Amino acid sequence: MSTHIVGTRIYLAVFTALLVLTGITVWAARHDFGALNNVVALGIAVAKAVLVVLFFMHVKYSSRLTKLVVAGAFVFLALLIVGTLHDYYSPHMTAGAHAPSISRE
Amino acid sequence: MSDVTRGGTAGPVHVPVRGKAHGHDHPALVHHFADLDQQREASSLGMWLFIAQEIMFFGGLFLLYAVYRNLYPHAFAEASSHLDWKLGALNTVVLIGSSLTMALGVHAAALGHRKAIAWWLIATIVLGAVFLGVKVVEYGEKFEHHLVPGPHFHYEGPDARPAQIFFSLYFSMTGLHALHMIVGIPILACMAWMGWRGRFGPEYHTPVELTGLYWHFVDIIWIFLFPLLYLLGAHQPHM
Repeated sequence: MSTHIVGTRIYLAVFTALLVLTGITVWAARHDFGALNNVVALGIAVAKAVLVVLFFMHVKYSSRLTKLVVAGAFVFLALLIVGTLHDYYSPHMTAGAHAPSISRE
Repeated sequence: MSDVTRGGTAGPVHVPVRGKAHGHDHPALVHHFADLDQQREASSLGMWLFIAQEIMFFGGLFLLYAVYRNLYPHAFAEASSHLDWKLGALNTVVLIGSSLTMALGVHAAALGHRKAIAWWLIATIVLGAVFLGVKVVEYGEKFEHHLVPGPHFHYEGPDARPAQIFFSLYFSMTGLHALHMIVGIPILACMAWMGWRGRFGPEYHTPVELTGLYWHFVDIIWIFLFPLLYLLGAHQPHM
């Protein structure tokens, strides 16, 4: 049995990558990618989160059970958001004629 | 026998750890665990389950944001442009820096370097305090400009109602996040103190590890809050 000690060089590399990605986030926000705006912004945020989870939080070096629990947490979050948005994007699910529904603009 | 750190800066190093050193139990070992390593794994899993709950806790607010932003995209972008994205970006860099110092603190704890543990955790606290200081400045500005939801809310234009929804989300999401940081700082102080006193080493540094998990999680929340709250209006022509 052993405990993994992650080298400081990896931490510095991840830190640098996180700063670069933050810069890209700000740059990307100033440009209009049309329908891809959300994808780009969330994609970069997810990339940063993945780096933090894998390296700063040591999940890359953790047991499979830990990895399963971590993945599971995000699966439930995805179910919550996707499931609810599914309702709101459906034009027949609004409560009465005057309630707003999400339209594809 | 513990074979500690070879090449601490080069990359991952396997450090064999024995929970029962020299024939007697490590003082931190609780007896329903076979050894320190199993105890550490159980503690880590428990912490991750707590973080999973926290993900759902914040997730509810992110869900609110997702629905209302999709209902009022223009109003949200407009309201977002009232936030100072430069302060938000500064805070993002500050928190990412605090995650680095936190990770280095855990690293020092795993090596049993007393002074390094204390200094890295103090650095984390300082960066956390800087973050909170910036938030105080930002919140103060919101009060001045009547952007706090409630009886004194005032917003020019036809989108006042969805704008107020945006600011409600802004305050509840960043407020809940700030509360998590306020809770984290005394915990960091405890860890710094315990580290200074020599309580952590290669065999046992679980409390620092778990504190690290908590702090990195709080950083991840902000990594999502920053683009979603601050950068919505950034490509509007009037920015």
